[in-house]
Amino acid sequence: MASIGGLDLGFVLEKLLLVLAVFGFTLGVAMYATLAERKFAAFFQDRIGPDRAGPFGLFQPLADGLKFFFKEEFIPKQADRFLFILGPAIAMTAACMTTAVIPWGDQIQIADFDFSLLFAFGVVSIGVYGIMIGGWASNNKFSLLSTIRASSQMISYEIAMGLSLIALVLVTGSLNIKEIVMQQSQGWHILSQPLGFLIFLICSFAETNRVPFDLAECETELVGGYHTEYSSMKLGFYLFAEYINLFVASAMISSLYFGGFNLPFAHLFPHSLWIGIGVFVIKIFLVMFFFIWVRWTIPRFRYDQLMGLGWKILMPLSLLNLFGTAVVLLMKG
Amino acid sequence: MVVKKNMNWIERLYLPAIFQGLIITLKHFFKPKVTIKYPEQTRPISPVYRGLHVLKRDEKGAERCTACGLCAVACPAEAITMVAEERKVGEEALYREEKYAKTYKINMLRCIFCGLCEEACPKEAIYLTDRILPANLTRETFMFDKEKLLEKKDSPVDISKRTKGSKWI
Repeated sequence: MASIGGLDLGFVLEKLLLVLAVFGFTLGVAMYATLAERKFAAFFQDRIGPDRAGPFGLFQPLADGLKFFFKEEFIPKQADRFLFILGPAIAMTAACMTTAVIPWGDQIQIADFDFSLLFAFGVVSIGVYGIMIGGWASNNKFSLLSTIRASSQMISYEIAMGLSLIALVLVTGSLNIKEIVMQQSQGWHILSQPLGFLIFLICSFAETNRVPFDLAECETELVGGYHTEYSSMKLGFYLFAEYINLFVASAMISSLYFGGFNLPFAHLFPHSLWIGIGVFVIKIFLVMFFFIWVRWTIPRFRYDQLMGLGWKILMPLSLLNLFGTAVVLLMKG
Repeated sequence: MVVKKNMNWIERLYLPAIFQGLIITLKHFFKPKVTIKYPEQTRPISPVYRGLHVLKRDEKGAERCTACGLCAVACPAEAITMVAEERKVGEEALYREEKYAKTYKINMLRCIFCGLCEEACPKEAIYLTDRILPANLTRETFMFDKEKLLEKKDSPVDISKRTKGSKWI
């Protein structure tokens, strides 16, 4: 095998192809998640949703994207130009980076390293900066208010989320996402960590800024939200990053608690690798459907209720969960 | 009187209530949809729907209206105006009776589509149809004159659904 500077060329090529495939798949899913959101929203409200662009409205995301490109690019005069552009860029980059550690199969993962779980949640919390910088740079009081809400919400819920993950790490004894997934061929972690799963699920709603925790966007109180001053593709990036985050959160939930690419008896079939990927994708879509389902069921939390839930209920619960898990593990020896 | 009811421990968890809500929305997810895809589908209307008026011609293609003015008198919204004129020799093919309406105007912005003009008409000249008054941008376009109201000789307006079995018309 040819090599340049000690690097195996075949390995580089394989990883490049994988990066392209995963990136393309992520963007494709995020694109059609916008359509799915609108369609399912309509179904939940006894309507039929967008159906004009192409069969069943399948070209609607293309039309939406095209519209974003042709919109007027407007940067407010009093805004900080550099930070204004940096905001959506950070949001988008942080959202895309997390997909690197999602394990698609036994050997199929862009970056397989020992602390991938830590990496994923580190990068996710960088995503907050995209919102913070965007809202700050707009030089608009409503954007700033929304930014304050978003950042305090994300920081509050990251604590409960981190604590529920620590309990999971206690059970698995590993920070490697792929290893956590591999362990679940015997049984899903939702069975051993039901309370931790519930806390993690609730916190992922807060982390992805979705209803019932979408306080960062509130038309009735904040005109728009942190992206009030944004237009054109920069607004598109913010909205798109949200859907990528939704995809990543669903992938994380299904790989941490629902066994990822594991399917019982799948190794008996000849193409178990492809079956594994298919199973994983189906699990991701089901979790995404759940996110959309919840969005069109529950109204938005009030700000003090949100903080009360985060600090007074979820954090003690996750501490209890952590303590209980530790005690059970100690008893087992 | 408003009674403040304290929630018990289960209710304060919100999860049972959220679960109930999720079941309700899921039921709606599979319900038949109420949307009508408008340009392709139209809402079904009653066979006696009272829509846009038409001034009918007789079997030979002559105008039936004699400008008697009964429709204008019957009209509760006072939307109808007309000017009568005597039929000249040689115009027998155009007008059925010796008198005809030189101008016949309905102000569609005043009209309430009650159908009293139709009931008042002794000559079976004016009818309401199942056509719908089109929307427009200026007020002038709602002043329907004879050109818009009178049915074309080569494309008669069908009123059979509305007149069938009716005691009055």
